[in-house]
Amino acid sequence: MYDLIIIGNGPAGCSAAIYARRSGMKVLMTGKDGGSLARAHLIENYYGLAEPVSGAVLAHQGLQQVLKLGVDFKEEEVTGLGFSTGFEVTTTADVYSGTTLILATGAAKATLPLPGLEQFEGKGVSYCAVCDGFFFRKKKVAVLGSGAYALHEAQVLQPLAAEVVLLTNGEAAPSSDFTSYTTKVSALEGDNKLRQVLLADGTRLEIDGLFVALGTADTNALARKLGLVTKGRFLEVTAQMQTNIPGVFAAGDCTGALPQIVTAVYQGAIAGLQAFSFMKQQA
Amino acid sequence: MSLQITTQNFDNEVLKSDRPVLVDFWATWCGPCRMQSPIVDELAKSRTDVKVGKINVDEEPALAEKFNVNSIPTLMVFKDGKNTATAIGVQSQAALEALLSK
Repeated sequence: MYDLIIIGNGPAGCSAAIYARRSGMKVLMTGKDGGSLARAHLIENYYGLAEPVSGAVLAHQGLQQVLKLGVDFKEEEVTGLGFSTGFEVTTTADVYSGTTLILATGAAKATLPLPGLEQFEGKGVSYCAVCDGFFFRKKKVAVLGSGAYALHEAQVLQPLAAEVVLLTNGEAAPSSDFTSYTTKVSALEGDNKLRQVLLADGTRLEIDGLFVALGTADTNALARKLGLVTKGRFLEVTAQMQTNIPGVFAAGDCTGALPQIVTAVYQGAIAGLQAFSFMKQQA
Repeated sequence: MSLQITTQNFDNEVLKSDRPVLVDFWATWCGPCRMQSPIVDELAKSRTDVKVGKINVDEEPALAEKFNVNSIPTLMVFKDGKNTATAIGVQSQAALEALLSK
């Protein structure tokens, strides 16, 4: 069991890891890629960089700094979050438990402009299989997505639903036992609830539920799994980076603050120190 | 405080209520619902002009079905027998106040 699990290895996650580790916490950090920073071409405005460096180099430096401190790092994709003894983080490879949790998951993806997606939310459209699968017992459901996360959600639904299909929305179907439709999705249709999906080739699939699992489980998807209060696409936090769930903190772009490295590093430090305080109070 | 709403008392307590009613659909196995519960209880304490009720979807599947609840927590506001606002997912106290004022 870890004292702290940090999801995200960008500047916010790494800063939190540095402060938490140096406070003596046993820390696990997970990350699936470098995130926004790693994709930034050149960083000129961050303190200390007399010579600009590429985002990738800075992201790498941050990670190396964290690894040198003795933080466990798993380059694994998080597919689930829950409660057990402490907080449970499920990745594509394993399940980990932590007394405290910090989400440093970056900017959430903009939602897919799919007609009906917003309209049918809670009326057939869901973002969390483990949360809502119960309502679709013995019904026909579809998972929108094509990656590891989509497969994970489909697997959660399989024992509950009568039928689970994958809608990859134009992407290649992952290898699985699930029936996959690779045609792009044009619209979600229904009346007072979701009834069918219209594909780009004119086919209509009758379904009772659609579980959105595009790409990886982002800030929003993870928020729903735990019950974190959000403000639009961002996690709501106090000045101390606390979310509505005691022991869960958030830092960086996922909080909706100024999307800059300086903010992420500051928030990460606060979150790391707050996690340490919280842990001490529990002891 | 929060009232337990069932198919038996729904009509009287919610539809015929003289005060606005905030209804919280929940279940024991729903982690996020446990996060919503204290927020709803806090609202019940501070807003005596509002009635607050909870519906356990395992015990009252007919009510969940009737209101098309497919995701929990789902929060609904009823005024004069009509559903005036609905929100899906954990809502902050401020968000609940906003729902009540619609």
